Amino acid sequence: MRPARFFRSRPFGRSARSTTIGWLSSTVLLAGAGATAAQDVERGRLVYEEWCVECHGTEGRGDGPAAAYMLPRPRDFVQARYQVRTTGPGELPTDDDLRLVLRNGMPGTAMPAWPNLSGDERDAVIAYIKEFSPFFEDEAPTAMDFSRDSGVRDESPASGVEAYERLECWKCHGSEGRGDGQSAPTLEDWRKHPIRAADLTEPWTFNGGMGAEAIHTRFLTGLDGTPMPAYSDALASSVVTERELWDLAHYVAGLGPADAPTQSDLIFAAQADEGLPQGPSDDAWVEVEAFFVPLVGQVIQKPRQFAPTVDGVWVQALHDGNNLTVRLTWNDPSRSPDPSWDEWQTKISETLYADGESGGGERTEYEVESAPLPLPDGLAVQFPPQIPDGLERPYFLMGDPRRPVSLWLWDSQTGLGQATARGLGEIEALGSGGLTGQADYEAGQWRLTTSRALLAPDGSALSFREGVAIPIAFFAWDGSSAEDVRRGSVSGWYYLYLEAPRSAAVYALPLLATLVTAAIALLLAVRARRSAAHPMEMTAQTT
Amino acid sequence: MILKRWMNGLVMVLIGSALACGGGDGGGEPAAETGGEAEPAAAAPVVDPATAATIQGMVAFEGTPQATTEIDMSDEPACAETYTEGPPMTEGVVTGNGGLANVFVYVKEGLDGGFGTPSEPVVLDQRGCRYRPHVLGVQSGQTLLIRNSDPLLHNINTQSTVNRGFNISQPQAGMESTREFSRAEVMIPVKCDVHGWMQAYLGVVDHPYYTVSDGGGSFTLASLPPGTYTLEAWHEVFGTITQEVSVGAAETAEITFAFSADMAKDAHVPLGEPLVLHAHMGFDHQGASVSDSR
Repeated sequence: MRPARFFRSRPFGRSARSTTIGWLSSTVLLAGAGATAAQDVERGRLVYEEWCVECHGTEGRGDGPAAAYMLPRPRDFVQARYQVRTTGPGELPTDDDLRLVLRNGMPGTAMPAWPNLSGDERDAVIAYIKEFSPFFEDEAPTAMDFSRDSGVRDESPASGVEAYERLECWKCHGSEGRGDGQSAPTLEDWRKHPIRAADLTEPWTFNGGMGAEAIHTRFLTGLDGTPMPAYSDALASSVVTERELWDLAHYVAGLGPADAPTQSDLIFAAQADEGLPQGPSDDAWVEVEAFFVPLVGQVIQKPRQFAPTVDGVWVQALHDGNNLTVRLTWNDPSRSPDPSWDEWQTKISETLYADGESGGGERTEYEVESAPLPLPDGLAVQFPPQIPDGLERPYFLMGDPRRPVSLWLWDSQTGLGQATARGLGEIEALGSGGLTGQADYEAGQWRLTTSRALLAPDGSALSFREGVAIPIAFFAWDGSSAEDVRRGSVSGWYYLYLEAPRSAAVYALPLLATLVTAAIALLLAVRARRSAAHPMEMTAQTT
Repeated sequence: MILKRWMNGLVMVLIGSALACGGGDGGGEPAAETGGEAEPAAAAPVVDPATAATIQGMVAFEGTPQATTEIDMSDEPACAETYTEGPPMTEGVVTGNGGLANVFVYVKEGLDGGFGTPSEPVVLDQRGCRYRPHVLGVQSGQTLLIRNSDPLLHNINTQSTVNRGFNISQPQAGMESTREFSRAEVMIPVKCDVHGWMQAYLGVVDHPYYTVSDGGGSFTLASLPPGTYTLEAWHEVFGTITQEVSVGAAETAEITFAFSADMAKDAHVPLGEPLVLHAHMGFDHQGASVSDSR
């Protein structure tokens, strides 16, 4: 037995000793005001062991059995470096800061919100996690003084743009804010794990929440443990002004939508009035409605990816009765293969795929390559081989041998083609099959257009029909994170609906809308039942 | 075994109670386990110049040092163009005259009592997208002045574990920030995330007896009280060597730390070690480690 175990098996300090020599400690602790605190901590321990321990570990070091699959890793409560704070750089968070994280979770990470916990339970678990760290014994953190936004924006957005330039936010976050700056490939957190610069165009993934006020707070406090520094000293030295920081906060808030994109199961492909757009940069796309499809890590089959790069794809579609054109837009900070991301690729492989440090959990069969391979980025669009009569669809993860899926398969090295998949990685290429496409990459974003005749020239691929809901699903990967057509991010089934000819539409649309609504309701019911039957799918959604 | 553990616990509680009764700081950790080092100094002992001793040392290096490589600063022309006499090179292993540079040497054990805190700050400069100096020391409680001499953004990310780590930005030339560290910690990595190659190492000790070896591996620790000391020499690649040395009143003792290229292989380099929570950690509970002194 290691003597250290005696202390390390429990949170730091008094509680460790008190439990070991219970008869004495109970006398001591129950005397005076200590009683409530001790009861709180004990109650917090029960909450912690039920909900938190799997990720944060028995000793609070952020090394629970699930931690090795996460990026960023769970918080280390011993070292107590907290990102979301209202306190100065290097300081501990206030209890209110911790409450905020329990209420909202940490968007963009595996940390969910905890609506299931009562206010008392949250307070108790906060008391408990503070026990892990000796720092909380010394310090009573207090929030910084934050100025209020004057609301005067006459110089905006020019002033915000200038601040973004002058304060060199772009060095990490990129010129358009997509996390693709020149320093992005080398970023590490304090534990030397690779960490992505925030994609400022996806504010719903901000750890500390979206909106100018939250962003302004993050400027001043920094995100401790990450490369994001605090600008509090710069403000105190008048290197930046309050006005500038507020203008910058509004500018950053404006790089993305004010709300998280709403999700719709139906992707609507309108009938084009004046021909179909040509290529991804055609101005006509501006007028076409975009549907956001969130993607989550493929964690169901090996090789798994719990922290994928691509977290969603915007889908726009148009048709003209003969041809269908789709534009797919997604953010990926690296245009793979790119040698400046080689080191990143190696670090991701070591951190996420090698089952390194936390022990426990299963080992993936993936061998970490000694030298990074030049892997491309890619995207696959999945369809059933025929439009299904009923609600039956192939398995959403590349089908299976019995019920395959039709793919539009694109990667940045070999381009676009059609294929059939009979399971993850079981892909048979079919050539172009009349599918044409064009891709461009700029400032951390891929845009891919694909065009095809509605009718497939032979029976090998799906023929599209107007006026019916056609199942469609997506799979994306980032070569610079050693992802491929098996290890990447995936969506469930959505529906692509090609607008029926206009003349009939006037009468048919209301009817169709009713039918589709009914169908979706039914689908949701079926999906809910399926999810219950397949807990792994649930995991995929929530991880 | 069980009895022994039991007794341990009992003894600790008794010590803890004794401390509490004696008006201790309420942290509850038995100070006895830290050897009493946490006791604040009532007054700094003055070293009598007549008896003050000196340790004259050399950090010797044997073997072929790993090659230094050129740092690619092409993304930062404002920094790159300051290197007019040859490109900037990595600083991991620098040797000269058979000696090893950038070794942090300090008295690890053997000093009694506290020492006054110097009022002069220690300066860490950022110039030409490098930290100057690369390895430095500061006394606990002393001011560290961080200066940006480059016309661009640097962030200063200290990855300390015993002290609170901080990460602040300096987006403009001439900007200065100050910080203090309340606990001894050897060593603290300091990095700039904007420029991945920028790395400094900061040693925090509770007394003034620390130094960094020069380009030829030489160092001097002056004005020491006579006594027997354990010295530690720390290097970012080769790890640490500790050695004992005795020096009499008004004497000069000589000491050599023998580093070799082979040591790189299995080196343990103490650097932002995870906080270890056990009885011997010596965590002193002396309040905020990083005071915001702006």
